[in-house]
Amino acid sequence: MPKLDFDTINLGHGSGGTLTSQLLNTGVFKLLENDLLNKKHDGAIFNLTGKVAMSTDSYVVTPIFFEGGNIGDLAINGTVNDLAMCGAAAKYLSLSFVLEEGLKMTEFWEILVSIKTACEAAGVKVVTGDTKVVERGKGDKIFINTTGIGEVHPKSNIDIDNIKAGDKIILSGPLARHGITIMSHRQGLQFETTISSDTRPLNKIVIELVEEFGEHIHLMRDPTRGGLATVLNEIAHDAKLGIAISQKNIPVEEEVYGACEMLGLDPLYVANEGLFVAVVDAAIADSFLQQLKQWEHGAASSIIGEVTTEHVKQVLMKSNIGGRRVVNMLAGEQLPRIC
Amino acid sequence: MKYVSEFRSPEIVDALLKEIRQTVKGNWNIMEVCGGQTHSLVKNGLLNMLPQNIQMIHGPGCPVCVTPVSLIDKAVHLAMEKNVILCSFGDMIRVPGSGMSLLEAKSKGGDVRILYSPLEAVKIAKENPDREVVFFAVGFETTAPANALSVVHAHREGVKNYSILTSHVLVPPAMEAIMSDDDCRVDGFLAAGHVCAIMGIGEYYPLVEKYKIPIVVTGFEPVDLLEGILMTVKQLENGEHKLANQYTRVVETEGNKNAIAVIDTIFEVTNREWRGIGNIPFSGYAVKENYSDYDANKKFNIDIAEAHEDPTCLSGDVMKGKIKPHQCPNFGTKCTPVKPLGAPMVSSEGACAAYYHFNLATVLVEE
Repeated sequence: MPKLDFDTINLGHGSGGTLTSQLLNTGVFKLLENDLLNKKHDGAIFNLTGKVAMSTDSYVVTPIFFEGGNIGDLAINGTVNDLAMCGAAAKYLSLSFVLEEGLKMTEFWEILVSIKTACEAAGVKVVTGDTKVVERGKGDKIFINTTGIGEVHPKSNIDIDNIKAGDKIILSGPLARHGITIMSHRQGLQFETTISSDTRPLNKIVIELVEEFGEHIHLMRDPTRGGLATVLNEIAHDAKLGIAISQKNIPVEEEVYGACEMLGLDPLYVANEGLFVAVVDAAIADSFLQQLKQWEHGAASSIIGEVTTEHVKQVLMKSNIGGRRVVNMLAGEQLPRIC
Repeated sequence: MKYVSEFRSPEIVDALLKEIRQTVKGNWNIMEVCGGQTHSLVKNGLLNMLPQNIQMIHGPGCPVCVTPVSLIDKAVHLAMEKNVILCSFGDMIRVPGSGMSLLEAKSKGGDVRILYSPLEAVKIAKENPDREVVFFAVGFETTAPANALSVVHAHREGVKNYSILTSHVLVPPAMEAIMSDDDCRVDGFLAAGHVCAIMGIGEYYPLVEKYKIPIVVTGFEPVDLLEGILMTVKQLENGEHKLANQYTRVVETEGNKNAIAVIDTIFEVTNREWRGIGNIPFSGYAVKENYSDYDANKKFNIDIAEAHEDPTCLSGDVMKGKIKPHQCPNFGTKCTPVKPLGAPMVSSEGACAAYYHFNLATVLVEE
């Protein structure tokens, strides 16, 4: 960490004056340096070829540090993954901070280092950004916004309208790890085995799959907030088709499942950060799954269901014991129960 | 997972369903008393797997659903007081009051905190000595010990700024209210397993004798529920009415003596109004006089206007088993989890919410 005159963020760091440039020059610019960012211009100027995808997201997670990551790598991976779901390899990112007065400089530095590591892992550059500081009590330590631009793979043809009955639904790994990590932190719960967030970039595996299976991949979504259930409902609704899934094919790690039971939560609605759902042509589903299973995080990937012309706009799940139930959208976030 | 997976085993479920099919001859209405049981039935798709001559009637065992509107109004009023931190279990906060819910109060600036345990509220009180911390102590006999214990802790540690807003309700009087109703259609009961884990099963013998209805203390997993249903059906087919315990791995005849002792220290039995059902004598707990410093009802002078309920909400008929949730004309149209008319549509244990979340397809097929 570079030597700075203060050990906490103060209002001066957002003033645009000396403190701001000290923070940027010795901290942000130095750490994240690349040819475009080094220009320190009002914006970044670059060329792109072919179809371009763009996505934005804001990150306000509490706690800002958790098992498996922090708000920094989350902010990079989240936007990289949203672009990957468009069949695009993320190329450039903007990075904006809203810092709360009083944030420890060591914490800010740790987040910056995670951002740098996450950018390297995903092969993406931060090319423009912004830093604002708000008074104590008007923020929650740190908020981050990232906007990303990526080039869409020429073989990719991801479109909700491509989905048809018979398509298979594939989930890339075990459910609910990120959400349960965050919630057990908030509730101060300790588990025998450490559950860690699944935050990670998905762009490399996704681009490999697009390269191999191209137009046979009809849709990809990452089930972040609202979890798998919400994403599947959105797909069923927008495609005007039904979705049938089978509980026994949906991977949930035992510790995560146990934590869900304790907290009274349904893993189908819990957030994920390093997962994706792919709706693919039935003809290539098995080879798609085979390739996905070779990925270092893909061992638990599974065909969890299929698209059907029945129960249009609804998601039905066959339970482990053979009963059927509707998997609906939630009205709001899941809340802890009385008993 | 040990003690869970074996009670969700597809093979055992199949065997039990087969035995139920072979045993049942007549048409029987069986009420599962507890909302947790209702949710397990629908979440696992069990309602569609039972033979059609067994009808499950969903009972009043949802504490959130039966908490009177006036008490929610009081909680909202307290939450809006500048000096008060109002703590609550999660599923109370979306329940509509006369004016607004606690969730709306929170968005309007009220300090509402969602907790898993009332003991956390005592901790918050210690950390905020200048503010009053009120825990919204709602629930059946299952949550009463923890709520009582929070008062014991606060008293022992000299925490003066802690109190509870109580609306505890008791299961056996509610079951008796249903049994004694002239319109009662219930042939057998699955009693609430976790309530019995605290209180024991002694209270149910007089009910079985007086009303000649079988009662089977039952757990919450698919295997528990099917076994409870099978035990009830066997009695009904044999013309018997006994008290039986399916949930022996958790429920002991005498209950949990330590838990009962802590309840008796803090609470006394009182008459209680049940939302949607009405006044039931000796059906709730109130804080005893010698602990009244911890009773938010007495500590604060809460002046609220008369509570009012949406008259088109039929939740009372649902909880008494007179209609199924989807038979209510407002179900899924004027009343949804986003804009509920009554509590059973928002509580995670409410029958209307269970039908809405899990069972819409069955509902559509039936229509």
